[in-house]
Amino acid sequence: MSNDQTLHLETSQVIAHDTHHHDHGDHHQSFISKYIFSQDHKMIAKQFLVTGMVWAVLGGLMSVLFRIQLAYPDSNFPFLETLLGKWAKGGHISADAYYALVTTHGTVMVFFVLTAGLSGTFSNFLIPLQVGARDMASPFMNMLSYWFFVISGLIMLSSLFVETGPFSGGWTAYPPLSALGAASPGSKSGMDLWLVSMALFVVSQLLGGLNYIATILNMRTKGMSMTRLPLPIWAFFFTAVLGVLSFPVLLSGFILLIFDRNFGTSFYLSDIFINGVGALPNEGGSAILYQHLFWFLGHPEVYIIILPGMGIVSEVLSTNSRKPIFGYMAMVGSMFAIAVLAFLVWAHHMFVSGLNPFLGSFFVLLTLLIAVPSAIKVFNWLTTLWRGNIRFTPGMLYSIGFVSMFISGGLTGIWLGNSALDIHLHDTYFIIAHFHIVMGVAGIFGMYAGIYHWFPKMFGRYMNNTLAYIHFWITLPCAYLIFWPMHYEGLAGMPRRYYDYTNWESFKMFAGLNLFISIVVIIVFAVQLLFLFNFFYSIFKGRRVTSQNPWNSTTLEWTTPINPGHGNWTGEIPEVYRWPYDYSKEGKDFIPQTTPVSEEELVKH
Amino acid sequence: MLMYFTIAAIVLVFVVIFQIAKASEYVSVLKGEEKARKQNNKINGFLMIAFLFLGLIGVYYCHHILGGRVLGESASKEGEKVDEMLHITLIITGIVFLVTQILLFTFAYKFQEKENRKPFYFPHNNTMEIIWTVIPAIVLSVLVVIGLRNWFIFTGDAPKNSLVVEVTGRQFGWIFRYPGRDKEFGKRYFRNIDPSTNSLGLVWADNKEFNQQADPAAFDDIVQEQTMYVIKNRPVKLIIGSRDVIHDVGLPHFRMKMDAVPGIPTTLWFTPKFTTAEMKEKTGNANFQYEIACDQVCGNGHYSMKGVIEVVEKEEYDAWMAKQKPYYYSAFPEKDPSAAPTATPSKLDSAAPAKTAGLVSGAGSNLSKLK
Repeated sequence: MSNDQTLHLETSQVIAHDTHHHDHGDHHQSFISKYIFSQDHKMIAKQFLVTGMVWAVLGGLMSVLFRIQLAYPDSNFPFLETLLGKWAKGGHISADAYYALVTTHGTVMVFFVLTAGLSGTFSNFLIPLQVGARDMASPFMNMLSYWFFVISGLIMLSSLFVETGPFSGGWTAYPPLSALGAASPGSKSGMDLWLVSMALFVVSQLLGGLNYIATILNMRTKGMSMTRLPLPIWAFFFTAVLGVLSFPVLLSGFILLIFDRNFGTSFYLSDIFINGVGALPNEGGSAILYQHLFWFLGHPEVYIIILPGMGIVSEVLSTNSRKPIFGYMAMVGSMFAIAVLAFLVWAHHMFVSGLNPFLGSFFVLLTLLIAVPSAIKVFNWLTTLWRGNIRFTPGMLYSIGFVSMFISGGLTGIWLGNSALDIHLHDTYFIIAHFHIVMGVAGIFGMYAGIYHWFPKMFGRYMNNTLAYIHFWITLPCAYLIFWPMHYEGLAGMPRRYYDYTNWESFKMFAGLNLFISIVVIIVFAVQLLFLFNFFYSIFKGRRVTSQNPWNSTTLEWTTPINPGHGNWTGEIPEVYRWPYDYSKEGKDFIPQTTPVSEEELVKH
Repeated sequence: MLMYFTIAAIVLVFVVIFQIAKASEYVSVLKGEEKARKQNNKINGFLMIAFLFLGLIGVYYCHHILGGRVLGESASKEGEKVDEMLHITLIITGIVFLVTQILLFTFAYKFQEKENRKPFYFPHNNTMEIIWTVIPAIVLSVLVVIGLRNWFIFTGDAPKNSLVVEVTGRQFGWIFRYPGRDKEFGKRYFRNIDPSTNSLGLVWADNKEFNQQADPAAFDDIVQEQTMYVIKNRPVKLIIGSRDVIHDVGLPHFRMKMDAVPGIPTTLWFTPKFTTAEMKEKTGNANFQYEIACDQVCGNGHYSMKGVIEVVEKEEYDAWMAKQKPYYYSAFPEKDPSAAPTATPSKLDSAAPAKTAGLVSGAGSNLSKLK
């Protein structure tokens, strides 16, 4: 942002400072440049959040639909035909539709909700506010990042409406299934749209990620050394680095797949005979090559999802325990270790793929190694709570829920990372339980913690607390009720991605349990709608925030006006003198980062 | 009609919850926000400890009703090692789970906001950090050692006396091949595949275009669909492949699994401990089957891709094997010396040759004449 523009904004905000936020420095901003093609990082963050929510509702609805199939494999529901048309003839979801729903649910949740919706929202919102910058390094690239995400989403949405249906071969899109239209109707034009959508999504992630890294490295305010950065910023930094280094590899994998699909190459194809088509001309390719390329992103991707949650939770736990985060450097160090190891464990998704078992053994070692930094983080969070003075704000509740989920899901990772156990548990419901708890639920809990905690900063209003408490206390137990029993199904070897288990002597005993899980899914989905209602209602009608720093927090975003304009601070950007976690120090409840270090403190340390 | 009632009921519940929530917000404003916040804090603190308590009961209850359904004793000798490892890992992670979850929720309850509590300024402590870096590292090393020892057994060479069976996945079923009398698998090439007569593409004929010569070892290979027979207490080695997309040979009772990848053969071996009949007795389920479940999504019929393994005693296996006819003769019955008088040329396009082969009885006595 140029200096004179900044100055201009500053003067206009000084005038409009304490009045209604519509008056803020936007006398030359049209509706389009303020709300649609905005270059203000705060507005882009809100755009990412709302778009992510739309996708979360769609993705969640899909899971409700396929859980109905798993709950009642033999019943008909006429409303399903009304909703899905030919995909649910007679009110019974077809196998084609089931696999399309499962696949789209996975893709949408992993990429659109937990990557763009979580990291996109909070990286955009918090990085400039917490490092003390007026905006991102390149606000224009930031805007492009959002719009590439929107286009990517629209293309994915359009794939739901093509005649042969959306892609239906699982979110990992393993070829040959994903490469051959003859092998599955979903691999026809639905898959083309899926690939185009994902390619654009990679572009969006790279534009965003490079911007986050540049901003964090170059645009910190005076005194904000790297070791004074709040932990969310460290988390976003590592997240962005992971994304920038691994998404291009995914794109390369997709490009080879596009070539195999459309231009007759054989990167992934060999020795294939398809019923009704005959032997294919392709020879010499390796289907496992794709898995290497995919999981080289795919594994860092789970850390791309969980690291922002870790950062947000560290901040919220510390603030609401009124205690410094325990072991700041260990927290940064463990995130660094996770980020490095994230690149060295991808093949643990491929223990039973035909990978050389000797190579697999290295991945066992490195995978279990990653449990060490994760353990450090958990113990540090627990110690942060210990002897605190805990305020149960909704954000705090979700942070505690995050830690609980991260423990439960992380521990089952120790089972799956050990290849000799994975040989039994691979691709069963055990893995479904594991990654939904540690990545899905924990990730979304991190997102909720962030939304509840920074809602006052985003919109200048509070969300309704009672609704938030109801939301949390139903969601937490229900998340366990859904995923905890799935471990048992997995231990019994029940495979994932099955449309119907009734013909399986080994698995049909779980029919009652599947019904129970589906009922809980529907309840939990309804409660998330309650959250959405609370969110949108509170944007317009919530209780107004009256103090600049409602949570008595130390970080820079709470030194901005209640409704900050583009440029964030009305005057000079404040200078930083200390780390962000001086809570309950020297008898003071909290000392903001902008307070110079006093004489007494200097003497003591 | 019922649906509209349900929707109406849900909307009603939403409205009621919303009204309560709004009212409580007004009350908190009237009461003073500070006071209302403290009251809420107490309720949430109590809910934290209540959740821990109910959650632990729930974990126990869940295990009580589901613990018995996880397949019971392993049906393979190697699977015992998996079960043993599962138990060790369960104990270790179970202890960590209980300790950390109890600490998390009791801390939350115990250190909830109180007027006179002074939070403890405790930014770091190197000793503690080192303790909880080193202990997990040691415990995990133990698990890695146990795991890799088993892993190298599972993925190592199969014992010499193994029964070798080739398993090929296709959309959506399994094809099993036995090497026949010469104990050698004949060559196969995917361009020879004809779904009705040569489902694996065995090299039975010369073909200049493919640069191939008929492989004598291919003529006595026995091909089965649906059911694979193996012998109790004799290791069985599976050579796994796929004809189209990636599948996975999932054997939950034997605790084993391996992908079937087109163009890249994989292997898996195990030693069955109980015959199917014994398992029927053990499980008390007269319909018990060792099922092969496809564990890698392979298209819209993935869920129906089932195979059956029949574990039998040696004598039973020999008797069964004696009845099998080479696949070549099911494909070309007119070439079958034993069945020549009755065979008609029109059988060439028989849809399920393997199944008819299984039904032909008395063929075994003629096997000696075949070669």
